Amino acid sequence: MNCLPKSDIRESFPILSTVFDDGKKLIYLDNAASTQKPRCVIERLKRFYESENANVSRGAHRLGNIATSEYETARDQIANFIGANPEEMIFTSGTTESINAIVYGWGEENVKKNDEIVVLVSEHHSNFIPWQQLAKRKEAFFKVVSVRRDGTLDLNEFKKAITNRTKVVAIAQVTNTFGVIHPIDEIVEIAHSKGAITVVDGAQSVPHILTNVKEMNADFLAFSGHKMLGPMGIGGLYISKKRIGEMRPFFFGGGMIDRVYNDRTKFANPPQKYEAGTPNVAGAIGLAEAVKFLKKVGMAEILDHERQLLEYSYHKLDGINGLALYGTRDLEKRVGVLSFNIEGVHPHDVATILDFQGVAIRSGHHCAQPFMRYLGIHYTARASFYFYNSVEDVDALTDAIKDVKERFS
Amino acid sequence: MEISELYADIIMDHQRNPRNYGTLEEKDVEVHTTNSSCGDEIFLEIKFDGDKISQIAFHGHGCAISKSSASIMTELVKGISKQKALELSKKFVEMVKIGKTQERELKDAVVFQGVSQYPLRTKCATLSWHALEEALKRTAV
Ligand SMILES: Cc1ncc(COP(=O)(O)O)c(C=O)c1O
Repeated sequence: MNCLPKSDIRESFPILSTVFDDGKKLIYLDNAASTQKPRCVIERLKRFYESENANVSRGAHRLGNIATSEYETARDQIANFIGANPEEMIFTSGTTESINAIVYGWGEENVKKNDEIVVLVSEHHSNFIPWQQLAKRKEAFFKVVSVRRDGTLDLNEFKKAITNRTKVVAIAQVTNTFGVIHPIDEIVEIAHSKGAITVVDGAQSVPHILTNVKEMNADFLAFSGHKMLGPMGIGGLYISKKRIGEMRPFFFGGGMIDRVYNDRTKFANPPQKYEAGTPNVAGAIGLAEAVKFLKKVGMAEILDHERQLLEYSYHKLDGINGLALYGTRDLEKRVGVLSFNIEGVHPHDVATILDFQGVAIRSGHHCAQPFMRYLGIHYTARASFYFYNSVEDVDALTDAIKDVKERFS
Repeated sequence: MEISELYADIIMDHQRNPRNYGTLEEKDVEVHTTNSSCGDEIFLEIKFDGDKISQIAFHGHGCAISKSSASIMTELVKGISKQKALELSKKFVEMVKIGKTQERELKDAVVFQGVSQYPLRTKCATLSWHALEEALKRTAV
């Protein structure tokens, strides 16, 4: 399949040539929320539904065999992409479901009264509320560790927060608000040194940074397919061999059993044990295709390209009066996320006015209200890049920002 | 639709210089309403003189649309009866929903007709009116 003409990556993404009714071209800069899909992923879904569609593992017919084999191949490829073995990865609908799966499958069994659960103040609500609520149910302590105002973590502060009572450390490797990359290897090491298990929210890191769960040594890693060129409604959860033995099934139903009796059930082995019901087969297969595409582009190239766009944005925007750019200035610690505020202008107005120019960004609290409150800001406007964005996209963004400033001055 | 239609001069004027902005020394009711989808919030305070809204003030934080809409709303309902204010509110919410109105009583507030084209932003325009409805409901006799 024609996956990647490197000379013009944008041509692989049909939606990027959108021209709206008013003649404005789409400038898509909301990639941290969801990425666009390359033609090969779209076509892979079509092919599945046109010639392979059937439920998995159940039917003794040809299509069922094809669907099952494609689904398991997809698991192999996606697990391989994050450095995991296939039996260590379950499919979920995305990061939110993955984290809730950890909470219900592992947390309910293993977190006890007076244990500590540690998160950062900058976590996405998906990696915050499930732990906060688990702590309430278990009468455990929910510890929220501060970060610096530029979004980075002071490892010494973090170290102090981890004690012998710390049972779980749940942290996003990359923040969705400012795109700050945390030193995840060190974080995991510190947590493990005190006997805590580590949960990595990889929603914003797996799409941008080459991930190897074995090198990272985390116990769990959650990610979403739709943020890495895949379809919506599919994602993954890596569970280390050690932890998988400590889990219990949290969803019950078809597909996850070995034998069912009137009074008891013997469950299947992982990963099936934790995948009850008909899975998102098409989604998994589409995500596998997305992963192939990412590999061809190259994860190092992706991050490098985003950094160049970020640097270029700073070059164009830095020093503009009344424009606040958030996140550490050390761009080596950032992915291509640019959170900003224009003095006196509400970010929703910024986003709406940019939208008039065809520039799609996001505004709001980015599902990180505790972080916004901590910083004393209510919201930010956020542009987020991916490898298919161009210097011209950044020009359109920066021109539009200047236009907003003029209108509101 | 043009930017200058959504962000019309009236809207920009009210967002720069919101009328009745602040708090009241004496008030009969105070309402705090939030737009959970974006986090905007408004505090609305009203003092009645019998059945009439004699004084009204708002504060909080929100976008140009929500702030200017609140400002225009306070101007419209100051000095009128609860019943009349409720009627206006219904008309405003309806207008923002369908994108047009024949109602002259809405005066400057007709400028928000265009917001209907931005479904995600209609809540910004109606936030203060919902706060008003809540305040009136609480003080209903
Ligand atoms: C850091 C982070 N965690 C979790 C999520 C939740 O992902 P999903 O909505 O795909 O489950 C997101 C998505 O915005 C995110 O950015």
